[in-house]
Amino acid sequence: MSTTQLSAPARPPVSRRRGASLERKSARFGWLFLAPFAVVFLVFLVLPLVYAFWMSLHTNTLAFGEQFAGLTNYIKAFSDERFLTGMLRVGAFAIVFVPLQIGLALIFALVLDDVRTRLSRFSRLLIFAPYAIPGVIGALMWGFLYSPSFGPLVGFFEFFNLPAPDLLSRDTIFASLTNIVTWQWTGYYMIIIYASLQSIDPSIYEAARIDGATKLQTALQIKVPIVASSLVLTIVFALIGTLQFFTEPQVLAPLAGNAIDAAYTPNLYAYNLAFSYQQFNYASAISFALGLLVFLASIIFLIATRKKSGLR
Amino acid sequence: MAATLVGCTGGGGGGGGGGAGASKENCSNEIQVQDVPVVTYWGWNEDTSQTVDNFNASHDDVQICWTNAGQGGDAYTKLATAIQSKSGAPDMVQIEYDWLNSFIMQRGLVDMTEHGIEEHKDRFTEGAWRDVSSGDGVFAVPVDLGPVGMWYRADLFEQHGIAVPTTWDEYAAAAQQLSDATGGETLIGNFAPNGQGQHYAFLDQAGAVPFDFDSGKPEELGIAVNDEASKKVFSYWVDLANKGLVGTDQAWTPEFNTALGTGRYATAIYPVWYNIHIPSFEDGDPNAVWRAAPIPQWDAASPKQVNWGGSTLAVTTQATDPELATTVAAELYEPEENKKLGVEVGGLFLADSEMIESEYFQNLEYDFYGGQQINKEVFGPAALAYEGVTFGPFTQYFYDEMQRVLSEAIEGNVDASGAADELQESLETYAAEQGFAVK
Repeated sequence: MSTTQLSAPARPPVSRRRGASLERKSARFGWLFLAPFAVVFLVFLVLPLVYAFWMSLHTNTLAFGEQFAGLTNYIKAFSDERFLTGMLRVGAFAIVFVPLQIGLALIFALVLDDVRTRLSRFSRLLIFAPYAIPGVIGALMWGFLYSPSFGPLVGFFEFFNLPAPDLLSRDTIFASLTNIVTWQWTGYYMIIIYASLQSIDPSIYEAARIDGATKLQTALQIKVPIVASSLVLTIVFALIGTLQFFTEPQVLAPLAGNAIDAAYTPNLYAYNLAFSYQQFNYASAISFALGLLVFLASIIFLIATRKKSGLR
Repeated sequence: MAATLVGCTGGGGGGGGGGAGASKENCSNEIQVQDVPVVTYWGWNEDTSQTVDNFNASHDDVQICWTNAGQGGDAYTKLATAIQSKSGAPDMVQIEYDWLNSFIMQRGLVDMTEHGIEEHKDRFTEGAWRDVSSGDGVFAVPVDLGPVGMWYRADLFEQHGIAVPTTWDEYAAAAQQLSDATGGETLIGNFAPNGQGQHYAFLDQAGAVPFDFDSGKPEELGIAVNDEASKKVFSYWVDLANKGLVGTDQAWTPEFNTALGTGRYATAIYPVWYNIHIPSFEDGDPNAVWRAAPIPQWDAASPKQVNWGGSTLAVTTQATDPELATTVAAELYEPEENKKLGVEVGGLFLADSEMIESEYFQNLEYDFYGGQQINKEVFGPAALAYEGVTFGPFTQYFYDEMQRVLSEAIEGNVDASGAADELQESLETYAAEQGFAVK
């Protein structure tokens, strides 16, 4: 917009050359304003990515040093049972997490949008609060709550003379992690959906009411379709976040060492390969392989929901 | 006790700000002599700040610039990253024995025999020296050891009229008696799936040799974790766990500490350095009577002593002056004063034969343990009898996999012998992937 203002001054007869130079000048200023971001972006994102990609094309074995390997690491990654198992596991997490979180977030948002009392404002804050707690702290806190020695469940079950369930065992860890992540993220997604509900023109509701729509009908047939693009956005966030699942398993691993191994999720696997096993090259390949799969999953989802979301 | 010994040497303790005007920045200590070579050092011992100050005060030709880069795993992650990126590693670094080969294989450590380390050999115990050697090379200077003993609740054993076990057979029998006497409330101990160095010591004691490795000939790697001796160890503990006679808490968790503190467990097969942990458990039973005894034996007629932990000073391949750094590593804990700092402030069990045999060290009385002379009775003889082991070239992977198969075995998905076979197969596959030819 500013460009048009600058290159269309009050006096009409303007030589083409001068206009072009002004445009160049403003473009220069544009770059100048962009520079701080561009430098940080290049140095801390693009360059490391390029370097990591270069690393992923090499091997560096403990015994024989660094060698160019082409796509060997990628072939290894996609036939690595531990990577694939981890991928399936986060896939399963995604199938559980995403509908659960977005479903809850949508219900909360719809209810809070409709009920406007002091209590609802307080509830909104409460639901959002877990997101304000740093992920590591949240996971640590849940680790203590789950503890088979001094978690609150122990006392509860002892009261009935029953053995407390071990929430950090192989059989229960999936549900335990689901609970942490849902607790942490539902509020965040709720706020996004809620914000987009708030921006709907109230006259639409009035029209619906005059046409005799019930509250439920208004919610399902008017509100949900209008906020569909926010829903798609939150689902993509949730999907990417889940496929890159890392913090919670990493924090719980020392407490649930039997249930969470070094390759529990692909991201954890990449981290451990690099920093525990010193396989930086293979870890880079795993990271890129994971990135590729996350990218594909997001794209497929966006294409599948193209019509509904209006996002292109 | 310690304060009186070191109070006189300048500087005192202290993390204070950066070493003003030092050629290297960001030291936790103050550089006391300017314009001389500086050796950078990553270490985490409690006594380090005082030991380094002492060293700097007594040297006008070289100074140490010390940083605490975290303990154990944290420091290793940083070191491995620095080695990988070919810059950022310190000249001298504290490393535990079982990690040396991993870093040697990353070409991260200097062979000190090129810089005359061998003249210091006689200062150290046989086991410690073997643990820092690989093939013909010596890659670190031993600092302290972790001779393993059995910490036990004397009051519980006495209360139930059970003799303190001296062999593993007696230990298993006592486990049954203790469980019977208390209705399963008190167990004899714990078998942590993530026991790591503890399991290595257990294997060593039974005569297993998990790794046969010489960093000079990496193409010849021997792996044996499913032989008879290894299976004996795994079966023994998994069996006790399956019978519910020992717990299976992960080590270094609040669960384990609480269980030990509240009297759920009557023994802990831990090294000498555990003496500083036991008094600090939260909710610890105030009436607990803890004592130390030698580690139970497989064969009382030919006892075998083992080690778990302790650390060394190594010189990295990024050192500006490897020769100088080697000299500093060798001399940091050589003066009597620094040894005592290590013992009294750092709680170190020095790998120094003369110190271990000294009257001073042997007669140290540990108040929490009823004034028991634990060095004379238990850990001194254990350290001197320890013969050393060979560690593998990929410690973390080994520990992680051992934890995985042991937890499978504890959960009953596989028996102990099957777990050992699985571990063997996993290590062989990994070694082959890493380019080792497995013997």
